[in-house]
Amino acid sequence: MKSEILIIDDEPAIRKMLEINLEANGYKVIQADTAAQGIQLSASHQPDLILLDIGLPDQNGLDTLLHLRQWYTNPIIILSVFNQESFIIKALDTGANDYLTKPFRVGELLARIRALLKGKQTIDQKSEIMSGDLKIDLVARAVFKNNQLIKLTSTEYKLLSLLAKFEGRVLTHTNLLKEIWGVGHQLETQYLRVFIGTLRKKIEDDPNHPLHIHTESGIGYRFT
Amino acid sequence: MKFERNKSILSNLSLRHQYYLSVAGVIVTALLCYPISFLIGYRAVALILLVAVSSAAMVFDIFPVLLAATLSALIWNFFFIPPRFTFHIGDAEDWLLFAMYFLISLLHAVLTFKIRNAENMAREKEEKVRSINLYNTILHSLSHEMRTPLSTLMGSVETLKEEDQKLTTLQKNELYGQISQSGEQLNRQVENLLNMSRIQNGMIILNKEWCDVNDLIRGVLNKLSKETKQHTILYKPNDDLPLFKLDIGLMEQVMLNLLHNSLRYTYPDSTIQIKVAVTENQGILEIEDNGGGYPEDIVQNAFAIFQRGKNAKKGGLGLGLSIAKGIVDAHQGTISINNLETGGAHCRISIPCEFSYIGNLTLEN
Repeated sequence: MKSEILIIDDEPAIRKMLEINLEANGYKVIQADTAAQGIQLSASHQPDLILLDIGLPDQNGLDTLLHLRQWYTNPIIILSVFNQESFIIKALDTGANDYLTKPFRVGELLARIRALLKGKQTIDQKSEIMSGDLKIDLVARAVFKNNQLIKLTSTEYKLLSLLAKFEGRVLTHTNLLKEIWGVGHQLETQYLRVFIGTLRKKIEDDPNHPLHIHTESGIGYRFT
Repeated sequence: MKFERNKSILSNLSLRHQYYLSVAGVIVTALLCYPISFLIGYRAVALILLVAVSSAAMVFDIFPVLLAATLSALIWNFFFIPPRFTFHIGDAEDWLLFAMYFLISLLHAVLTFKIRNAENMAREKEEKVRSINLYNTILHSLSHEMRTPLSTLMGSVETLKEEDQKLTTLQKNELYGQISQSGEQLNRQVENLLNMSRIQNGMIILNKEWCDVNDLIRGVLNKLSKETKQHTILYKPNDDLPLFKLDIGLMEQVMLNLLHNSLRYTYPDSTIQIKVAVTENQGILEIEDNGGGYPEDIVQNAFAIFQRGKNAKKGGLGLGLSIAKGIVDAHQGTISINNLETGGAHCRISIPCEFSYIGNLTLEN
């Protein structure tokens, strides 16, 4: 069955471009040009994913996001012309699953959509995660690279498995710190930098050209 | 410089405080003169008081100065002109001196005030002219630099639409490439303009975070990967570097602009080298290339907004370096450019920042 995507954007040109691309890639598309209409459609259609432009004329984008999140549990990707990190982080912490700044590449958007739709089906039932040369055995808590067991510390393992469970999606610094070090440590990004560094040395072929853990500067990390 | 600052602080005082200060100034001067008046004579005291009034005239509004002038004349008369401690003046010469003193100090107050007003007006006018010039430069560069990619965009699309049958696949791909390149060019210029306006409005709020500089540079090189294909980029990540505390997004912008310049103004096959070092409390970043260096006319004034070299290639607004400077300034750092003896361009940024050497510790076994 085709996944259904709701586009909420007031720019007809962007909607048209997205519609053509998404339909060509096998998605069913519905559209809204105001927040009010978008909220209505999201309730009546329960789309599999929402692309939400954050600069709508009738409502502040973050409010729309909060409003949607009161009942809508499927993924939401924010499209925004603001590229200030603080704004993006706020949107991610308000319930957006990912973000793209306009202008963005359609290929990038499709990759994000695929990652979110895939993650939605499988996140909890998985016992192992495969990604390129890496295999993470979530039951045995062991990580293999090219079938060789890699020795990770428990924090490194927690960090890697958390990132990998959300493969293709950005996790903010706050997300990661809270999950791994607990509430109260959200600001200690220096630990995070260090562990990402040591993790990369262990799992990447070339830690200076990482293929698995990507930095979203000022925002967080993304596993692919 | 210091005087200028004093002046602005004093002239920003409320009128009431200006009255207090000018009265106090006259009284203190008179008190200081009193014991020495026996040595220097009461006529010299008049000159000293006149200096006090003139000083007040340089910084204060006209009414406090007029008050100071009147007060000082009366004090001089009462305490200094014989017979002392009366307003009575003995001989005709002293009468004349008193009248002249009064007149000169009043004239002084009024004239200084007028001169200051005229100066302010001239300054305002000059500023207005300068901002009009800047505005014109912006509009001129904008229309020129935006229209170039726009014409490429519109032309390429039209060709693809109208000549679809006649074009070879290769030609079509070239046109597609041009369309996407023009889009990126426009996007970069809009980005730079937005950043510039944030800097000019003083709206840069630093969001300092612990930053792995190797990771930062890697990210920047990634973003430029399309443009760096023909160049050799030398960067040796240094595992011993501490974490730097700085605004990651903004420093990324600085690096992007500097590297973009190097890429744009050197020939393909050139080498660009990036170096990072730390001193006790400064992070130092250097970028150098083996191209032709900065044009001489640029080295002097490179960080001025919209400044571009005489022979600069088309397709830039001359904002890159001034944005870099704005961001480095916001970090209280310094940025400088020069040409290497070997001919290439060299840029050095030094930023005072906190470091964390936590990575060198064993965090866990």
